[in-house]
Amino acid sequence: MIADLLVQGIQMLLVLLLAPLLTGFVRKVKARLLRRRGPPVLQPYRDLLRLLRKEAVVADGASWLFRVAPYLIFAATWVAAALVPTFAPGLLFSWTADLIAIVALLGSARFMLALAGMDVGTSFGGIGSSREVMIAALAEPALLLIVFTLALLAGSTQLSTVAGFMASPEVGLRVSLGMALIALVMVAIAENGRVPVDNPATHLELTMVHEAMVLEYSGRHLAMIELAAALKLLLSVSLVGCVFVPWGLAAPGAGAAAYPQGIALYLAKLAAAGVLLALFETAIAKMRVFRVPDFLGAALMLALLGTLLLFVSRSL
Amino acid sequence: MGGLGFDVAHMLAGGLVMISFTMLYQDRLSAVIHVYALHAVVLSLSVAWQAFIQEAPHLYITAAISLVFKAIIVPTALHRIVRRLGIHREVETVVGIGPTMLAGMGLVALSMVLMLRVTPGADALAREDLAFALSVLLLGLLMMVTRRNAVSQVIGFMSLENGLVLAATGAKGMPLVVEISVAFSILIAFIVIGVFLFRIRERFDTVDVGALDHFRGERR
Amino acid sequence: MPAASFLLACDAVLLATAMAAIAFGRVEGAHRAVYGTALVVSTAIAAVALGYLLTAGGVPSDTWLPLGLPWLGADFRVDPLAAFFLVVVGAGGAAAGLYGLGYGSHESAPHRVLPFFPAFLAGMNLVVLAADAFTFLLCWEFMSLASWALVMAHHREEGNARAGYVYLVMAGFGTMALLLAFGLLAGAGGDYGFDAIRAAQRPAFVPTLVLVLMLLGAGSKAGLVPLHVWLPLAHPAAPSHVSALMSGVMTKVAIYGFVRVVFDLLGTPAWWSGIVVLVLGAVTAVLGILHALMERDLKRLLAYSTIENVGVVFICLGLALAFQASGMGAAAALALTAALFHVLNHSLFKSLLFFGAGAVLSATGHRDMERLGGLIHRMPQTSVAFLVGCVAIAALPPFNGFVSEWLAFQAILQSPQVPQWGLRIIVPAVGGLLALAAALAAACFVRAFGITFLGRPRSDAAATAHEVDRWSLAAMLALAVGCLLAGILPGLVIDALAPVTLALLGERMPAQAGLDWLSIVPIAAGRSSYNPLLVFVFIVASAALAVAVAHRLGSRALRRGPAWGCGFPDPGPVAQYSAGSFAQPLRRVFGTLLFRARERVEMPAPGSVAPARFTLEMHDLVWDRLYMPIASGIGFAADRLNRLQFLTIRRYLSLVFVSLVALLLVLALWP
Repeated sequence: MIADLLVQGIQMLLVLLLAPLLTGFVRKVKARLLRRRGPPVLQPYRDLLRLLRKEAVVADGASWLFRVAPYLIFAATWVAAALVPTFAPGLLFSWTADLIAIVALLGSARFMLALAGMDVGTSFGGIGSSREVMIAALAEPALLLIVFTLALLAGSTQLSTVAGFMASPEVGLRVSLGMALIALVMVAIAENGRVPVDNPATHLELTMVHEAMVLEYSGRHLAMIELAAALKLLLSVSLVGCVFVPWGLAAPGAGAAAYPQGIALYLAKLAAAGVLLALFETAIAKMRVFRVPDFLGAALMLALLGTLLLFVSRSL
Repeated sequence: MGGLGFDVAHMLAGGLVMISFTMLYQDRLSAVIHVYALHAVVLSLSVAWQAFIQEAPHLYITAAISLVFKAIIVPTALHRIVRRLGIHREVETVVGIGPTMLAGMGLVALSMVLMLRVTPGADALAREDLAFALSVLLLGLLMMVTRRNAVSQVIGFMSLENGLVLAATGAKGMPLVVEISVAFSILIAFIVIGVFLFRIRERFDTVDVGALDHFRGERR
Repeated sequence: MPAASFLLACDAVLLATAMAAIAFGRVEGAHRAVYGTALVVSTAIAAVALGYLLTAGGVPSDTWLPLGLPWLGADFRVDPLAAFFLVVVGAGGAAAGLYGLGYGSHESAPHRVLPFFPAFLAGMNLVVLAADAFTFLLCWEFMSLASWALVMAHHREEGNARAGYVYLVMAGFGTMALLLAFGLLAGAGGDYGFDAIRAAQRPAFVPTLVLVLMLLGAGSKAGLVPLHVWLPLAHPAAPSHVSALMSGVMTKVAIYGFVRVVFDLLGTPAWWSGIVVLVLGAVTAVLGILHALMERDLKRLLAYSTIENVGVVFICLGLALAFQASGMGAAAALALTAALFHVLNHSLFKSLLFFGAGAVLSATGHRDMERLGGLIHRMPQTSVAFLVGCVAIAALPPFNGFVSEWLAFQAILQSPQVPQWGLRIIVPAVGGLLALAAALAAACFVRAFGITFLGRPRSDAAATAHEVDRWSLAAMLALAVGCLLAGILPGLVIDALAPVTLALLGERMPAQAGLDWLSIVPIAAGRSSYNPLLVFVFIVASAALAVAVAHRLGSRALRRGPAWGCGFPDPGPVAQYSAGSFAQPLRRVFGTLLFRARERVEMPAPGSVAPARFTLEMHDLVWDRLYMPIASGIGFAADRLNRLQFLTIRRYLSLVFVSLVALLLVLALWP
C-alpha cells in the first residue's frame, strides 16, 4: 500500500517536473532546425521561477474568478496528467478516472480558461475564448470517438487496460487503429495550440488563440497557466505513447527493478515525440483560423471512420 | 500467416478508403491528382499483396499495370493537362467539404451494413474486401457528383474504377484478360476525356461542366 | 397512511391553495402564503416519495377515488417509477417555492400567477400518480392548461400572446396523439386501467403505432425536434420560477409519460424502435444546443438548452429500448439509469439556471445578453450559483451533468453486443453526436456565463444591479449544492434508481454502495470506473497546494493596472466581445448550412465617415419548411371551407344526409 502510494506520488512529481523540460526541448530542437541557437533546454524552469517571484499585475475590472482560475486550471490538468500511465500502468489511483473522465477533466480546465479570458472585458480575451471553444467543440467529439475505437477494441475505457491490450500480440495491424492514431495526433495538435492550428510563440494579436486568452495574466498566475499548458502537452504525448507505443511500461507485478527501465523508456518516447513535433512544426505553415474547422472536421471524420471500420475487422 | 495476411490486406484496403476521403477533402486540383496517384500506388500494393497471399502470379501483372498506368502515366498526363489549361490552383465544389465528408461517412456505413448483411457465410477476407471496394466505388461516385470541374470528375471516375479492381482481386480467380481489358478501356476513356476536355475548353473557355448545362439551357 | 393517499392529500392541499389564491390573490403578502405552502407540501411529497423509493422494495401503493367517469373512478398508484418522478417534481417544486418567496414580491400581476402555480404543481404530481388512462389524460390536460395560464401571466408583453397561442396549439396536438395512443392500447372494448392495458393482447401493428403516437404526444411536450417550436417561445414567457418548473420539471413529466407507456405498458419493443428514438434524440440534442448557441436572450438560450437535454435523455432511452429488444438486460438497465439520472440532473441545474436568469432579470430588467455584463461584481452569490449550474450543464467533472453523460457513454460502449448490424453502426455515430452536443454545450455556457456575468457592464442597468433577496439566493445555493452532491456521490443516486429499473426491465445496475471510496462501476471494475469524490478531492488538494506554493515560495504581491489595449485608449465596454461575436466562429462552422446564416458587411468607402453596417440573417429551417407550409395549408383549406358557412338549409340537410348514408355504407361493407 505504502509502496503503491509512493509510486503514484513519483508519477505525479515526474509529470510535473518533466513537463517544462519537454516544452524547452521542443523549442530547442525547433530553433536548431532553423539554425538558430535557441534558448537553453532548462529555460522554461527559469521562466516559471521568475514568474512566481514577480508581483502579479491584475487588470482593473478583473473579478475573483480571474485570480482563482489559474489554480483550478493547473489542478485539473495536473490530476488528468497524473492519471495517464507514463512508465507503469495500473497505479494506485488509476481507476479513479477512465479515459472519458480524463478528456472531461481537460474540458473543465478549458472551460475555466475560456471564462478567465472573458473576465477583464477586452476584445483580445473574447477573440481567444471564442476561438478556443470553437476548436474545442470539434476536437472533443473527435477525441471521444477515438476513445470509442480504443474502448470497443480493448473492451475497457481504463487506460491501463487499454495499454495492456495494445501491448498484447492479439492487436495486430488494424486500419482503425491507424486512423485513430492520425486523428489523435491531429486533435492533440489542435488541443495544445501547436502549428498549424495555433502558434505558441506568436504575439500578433489577430492570429492568437491561446495567447490571446491569457494576455492579461502575469506573475504567479501566468506561471500556473504556462505550467498547465506544458502539462497538457506532456499528457498528450504520454497518451499517444501509452496507447500506441505501449512497449516498455513496467509490468504491474514486476517489482521496483522494472521502474527505472520504464522511466528510461518513457524519457526516450518523450524525446522522440519532441523531435517529431519540432520537425512537423518547422515543416508546415500556420493555417487560417477558418481552415481549422476543416482540419478538425477531417480528424472527426477519421475517428468516426475508424470506429465504423472496426466492424469489418476480425474479432468484432 | 493467416492473421498477418489478413491484417495487411485489411490495412491496405482500409487505406484505400481513407485516401478516397482525402481526395474528397482536397480542394486544389493538383493536390487531387497527387492523392489520386497515391490511391493508385496503394491499390497496386494491395493487388500485389493479394497476388502473394492467393499465390496467383497473374495478379502481379495487374498490380504492375495499375502502378505504371494509374500511378505514373495518368497523373503525369493529368498534371500536364492541368498546367496547360492553367487551372492547377482551382477546384470548385458544388457542396461544401463538411457535408460531402458526412455524406461519404454515410455511404461507407451503408456499404458496411450491406456487405456484412448479404455475405454472412463468405470468407472473412473477401467479405471485408468487398465492403471496402463498395465504399471506394461509392466515394468515387460521390466525388463525381460533388465536383463541377471536369478534371476532378475524371479523377472521381478513375478512383471508382480502382474500387472495381479492388473488388475483382479480392474475389479469387478473376482472369487476367478481364483486367487488361478494363485497364485499357480506362486508358481509352482517359484519352477520349482528355481530348474532350480541350474541346470544351476551346469552345467555352472553361472546364466547368456547369457551362455545358448553361449551353443546353438547363441551368440559370 | 399509505404513500399514495398521503401524496393525494398533499395535492389536495395544493389545489385548495390554488382556490384560496383565486380569492385572495391580490392581498398583500399572499405570495408568501402560496409559495410557503408550495415549499412545505412539495418538500413533503419529495420526502415521502424518496422514502418509498428507498424502503418499499417495489411494492406499489394504490388508492381509488370516486372521481371522473362514474363507472370507472380514478386510480392512483405509487410505484418505483412514479416515486422517482415524484421526487423530481417535488424537489423542483420545493425549490421554485423557496425562490418564489423572494421573487414573487417583484410580481406585477400576482393574481395571474398565484392561483395557477400550486395548480400547476398539483397537475404534474397527479399525472405521475395516475394509474388509468382517463385520469392520466385529464391530469395531463390540467397540467397543460395551468402552465398555459402561467405563460400568459404577462400577456401584454410583446410576443407572449403568440407564445401562448403556439403553446396551446401544440399542447392540443400532443394530447390528441396521447388520446389516440391510449385508445389503441386499451383496444375496442378495453379497460382503461393501466393494469388491464399491461395484460392486454394486441395485434402486431399496435405497438408500432403507439410508439409513434407517444413520440408525437410526449415528444411534443418534452420538446423533441421537430415538435420543439413552442418550447423556446413559451418557457421564457412565464415568470422565471415558472420557467424553471416548465423546463426543469414539466419536460420530465412528459418523459415520464413516454417511459410509462413504452417501457411499462407496451411490453418488449421491436429492435428498430430503438433506432428511431436514438436518431430523434441525437438530432434534438445537436440542433437544440446549436440554437442555444445562436440565441442572445438568456432565458430563450436556457429553453433551447432544455431541448438539448431532452435529446440526451431520449438517446439514453433509445439505447435502453435497443438493448431491451436484444435481451441485454444489464445494458438496458445501465442506459435507463443514465436516462433517469440525467432527468434528475437536468431538473436540478436547469431550475438553478432559470432562477439565476430570473435574478438577473429582476436586478437589471434585461434578458438580452448584449445589455448585461460584469454582474459578477454586483451579484457575487448569484454568479457563483450560476457558474455551478453552467459547469454542471456543460457535463464537466466533478459536477453531476458529467456523471449521467459518462453513464450514457458507457452504455454506448455496450453496443457491439447487439445482433443487428444497423444498430451496431448507428450507435457509435450517435455517440459522436452526443459528444458533439456536450462540447457545444460547454461552448454555449462559456458564452452564457462569460457575456452575462464577466467583462464590463454593457448597460447602465447592469452597472447598477443589486444582489437579489435571501430567499432566491437560498434556492439557488441549495440547488448548486445538490448539483455538487449528485456529482460527487453518484453511487447513492444509482442505487436509489435500482428499484425503478428492476420494476421496468427486471434488471438493475450492480450495487454501488459497498465499493471502495464511493466510486462507480457500471459493469465491471476492469471495464470502467469513475470516482468523482477522489477526483474532486484531488483537484481541491492540488489547487490548494499550488496556491500555498505560489504564495509561500513566490510572491504574494498584487497590483492593479489598466488592461492592455494594444496601446490604444480604452474605447469602453462596446469594444468587448458580444454574444453575437462570440458565437460567430461556431456560426460559420455550423450555421451556414443548418440555419442558412448569411452575414453581410457594408463597408463605407475609404475616407467616408458613414458607419460600417453588419447584418445577420438566420432562419429556423424547421419552422420555415415544416410549420409554415402546414399553417398556410390550413389557412388555404379554411378559406375553402369558409363557404360552408353560407349554405341554404336544404344544402345543410343534404350534407347531413350524405354523411349519414356514407357512414351506414361503411358499416355495411365493414368486414
